[in-house]
Order: sequence, then C-alpha cells, then structure tokens
Amino acid sequence: MKQTSDLVPGEAVFRYTIRAGDYWIDTLRRGQRVRIVDLEGNQAADTLFFNASDVADRYSAVDTIREQGNVYLSCGSKLLSTAGNVLAEIVADTVGRHDTLGGACASESNTVRYDLEKRTMHSCRDSYLLALAQHDALGMGKRDLSHNINFFMNVPVTPDGGLTFADGLSGPGQYVEMRAAMDIIVLISNCPQLNNPCNAYNPTPLEVLIWDGDVR
Amino acid sequence: MESSFFYETVIEGGKHWSLNVSGGTLLRLTDMDGGANVGMLFYNPRNTLERYNAPDTLKCQHTFKLTKGHCLYSDMGRIFCSVVEDTNGWHDTVCGNSTKRSIAERWAEKSYQVYRNDWTQNGYDAFLVEAGKYGLGRRDLAANVNWFSKVSVADDGRMVFDSANGKAGAFVDLRFEMETLVLMHTCPHPLNAAAEYPRKPVNIALSRAQPVAADDFCKNSRPENLRGFANTDLYRLCGCRSEGA
Repeated sequence: MKQTSDLVPGEAVFRYTIRAGDYWIDTLRRGQRVRIVDLEGNQAADTLFFNASDVADRYSAVDTIREQGNVYLSCGSKLLSTAGNVLAEIVADTVGRHDTLGGACASESNTVRYDLEKRTMHSCRDSYLLALAQHDALGMGKRDLSHNINFFMNVPVTPDGGLTFADGLSGPGQYVEMRAAMDIIVLISNCPQLNNPCNAYNPTPLEVLIWDGDVR
Repeated sequence: MESSFFYETVIEGGKHWSLNVSGGTLLRLTDMDGGANVGMLFYNPRNTLERYNAPDTLKCQHTFKLTKGHCLYSDMGRIFCSVVEDTNGWHDTVCGNSTKRSIAERWAEKSYQVYRNDWTQNGYDAFLVEAGKYGLGRRDLAANVNWFSKVSVADDGRMVFDSANGKAGAFVDLRFEMETLVLMHTCPHPLNAAAEYPRKPVNIALSRAQPVAADDFCKNSRPENLRGFANTDLYRLCGCRSEGA
C-alpha cells in the first residue's frame, strides 16, 4: 500500500548520503523515524535490523512474511525479530512493494549466478563484513548477517513457484519510512551489484533521514 | 535401492535429531503417514560459519519452491546437497518454524509432566537444542527448509499453505556433495492449521550415492548449478575431502 509521509526533510535531526557501493550503520531510538530515499531511482537498499539490547534478536524475514501472510513488504508491514518482537513498522512507502526473499549479493553467490571469474566484484556482503569489522565494539560478525530486506527491489513470485527478478517499481525520489518500535541497530548496504536489474546496472546514492518522534 | 541402506530409523512427529554426513551420502526422507513436516538446516562442520542460505538457493535457481533438480547452497557458493528424487514436488524454505507461543495459541500446550515425550515441542526450540550440541546458538539459525510442506503465493503476495500436499509414502532423496552437519526436527509447519497438533513420523534412510555423472540431472538442471558444482569441486581439490577419510 502506498502512503506518503508528513515529515519535512528540514526538520530531520540527521541526514546522510550513502554513496554507491558504501554502507551505513547506526542506532535508532524507539519512536524515531528513518526514511530511506532512492535518490536517482532503481537502487536496492539491502537492510538489516537488530534489537540494540540483544543483537541475537534480529530481523527475521521468514517470521515477518509468515505472520503478515504476504511475501511482499509495504506500508503497515511490521518487521519482526527472530523472537517475534516488532523491531520497526513501515509507516510510509511511495513504492508499494519491497522484497525480502532475495537476500544480499555476495562474492560467492555471484560466482554461481553469473561467472566463476566474478568472485572479485564488490558485493553487499563485503560491505556488511566491513561495517561489522569497523564497528567491532558491537560484537557482531558473519553469523549476524542473515536474510535481509531489499528496499526498492521487485522480486515477484509466480503461482507455480518461480522467482523472477523484475525491473524495480521505484524511481528517483521514491522513499520508504519506518518507525522504530524499540531501540534498534540499522545496517544498510547500498547495493553494488552490476550483474542484474536490481540497480538498473548503475549503482547510485541513497539518502537516510532521521526524525525524532513520539515515544509511545 | 532399499537393500542398500546402511542405516534406517524413524523420527516420530514433534521430535528432533542431528547428524554429520560425509560427501557421497544419500539421505532419503519418507513421509510415512502423509502430512509430515521436516525442518532442516545445514552447516559445514569444519567451519560452521558456512551455512545453508535459502535466499542464495532460491535466487541462484530462480525458484520459490524446492524439488527434484534443485541444489541447496551454502552462503559460500557451494552445494551441501542435491535433490535427486522427489515424489512430493514442492517443499517450503521461507516460512521458518513453529514457536512455543505459536503452538500454544493454535493448540493447547501439552506439558511434559502430563504428556512426557508426547508434549507439544516446537521447531524453533528443537533447532536451538540441536544447534547447541555443536556450539551454535540463536545467532546461527537461518531460514530453514520445511520438507513435505507446500506454501504457494498468489499474485498479490498472499501465502497459502496446502494442507492436502503431503501424501503417505512420499519421499525425497538428498545427495550430499560435501561433508555437512544436518539439524532436523519433525515439528509441525508453522502454517499448519490442523485441528490437533500433527504428530507425523518420518523415516530416515542412509545409503551411499552413485558418483555424480557428467550428465547428472541436478548438476545440469541450470548453468548456475554447473558453477556451484565447480565451486564444491575446488573445495575438494584443495584438500577438503569429505568421503569419511
């Protein structure tokens, strides 16, 4: 379901541009809102969430889609943790559908999907691993990198059980916005994939904006 | 085929088990009564950070379901096992597990004191117990396979559990392509809405697989799988043999 937001960028307490192929990691307090903007269009934002007080309690794609009874994420989707807690809720979405089946790209899966000689291409998992290494005070590593959300990506499932990678429904300036339901760590890889249409073969910047909100 | 099994056992419904299998092992799961569910996770026992990756498995093969011809991938681009036979036709890998809470909400919880080993075990706790035996915990669980359970998706994304999918006698054969730690449980699928907690037994039979031929069905079912086999072969060529030696 598409839904615009009333929040004004000029009132954001934080604004940051994630360059193509880069990552962003930060902690959101309960009640804060975070908006991810697809600045130039068709750019996948591979995103993970963690309960800030217990990082083993993290975003769970399978629990989220099963409990909402739908494989696609949009406004109203409650992003559940492995323990069944609500980490965040999507409160605005100008695109209407986001993927959480396809996971993140990695050097190794690129060798399988495209060519054995593509093992040295940059990938989301490289960005994730670098993020956790450069923030090792968080105590996280590879075991914490699980099944993420691909904001702005369109991965339709067919009734006979096929999975297709379609052109994105997103475009320049489209955004998705979440309200943190507890204190959460957010980790975003601005997807560097060059081999499929998830970034329209052209990785571009994303912008992150944060607003202080009501603590309900 | 049956005579060649070197080990056979039955795991009753609502239970869990784990085992290490070498490359070249064939594991047959049989849904004895119909309606069984087998939750399963895979790890490389030499480095358990290498584990089953459902998203990679699905996107590498452009599939949402698992069936004959599919390979189950690790997050390192290698193949734990290939689905070499399947009379069921559709297995789920995106719905996760039942939990203590979901079981209690759907069916009255049966306490251990009263029901002993016929209590209402749940898939998530079952995996935690088996994972713990190998030094693994909550951070190591991932999206699992649910063998024999079919969940399809409508055009608008709605998920539909097919309660008529599981037929008595249906089986699936997994050929292991490298040494693998297998965690499994027989707890109900999380979308199973049966009136009673389904307690469905599964037969497990182990044998030696035939060597992978050049024209192997799984290896050749997609060009991606040829490359997956090449990655797994490279691992072996570098000395990580797993034929039980």
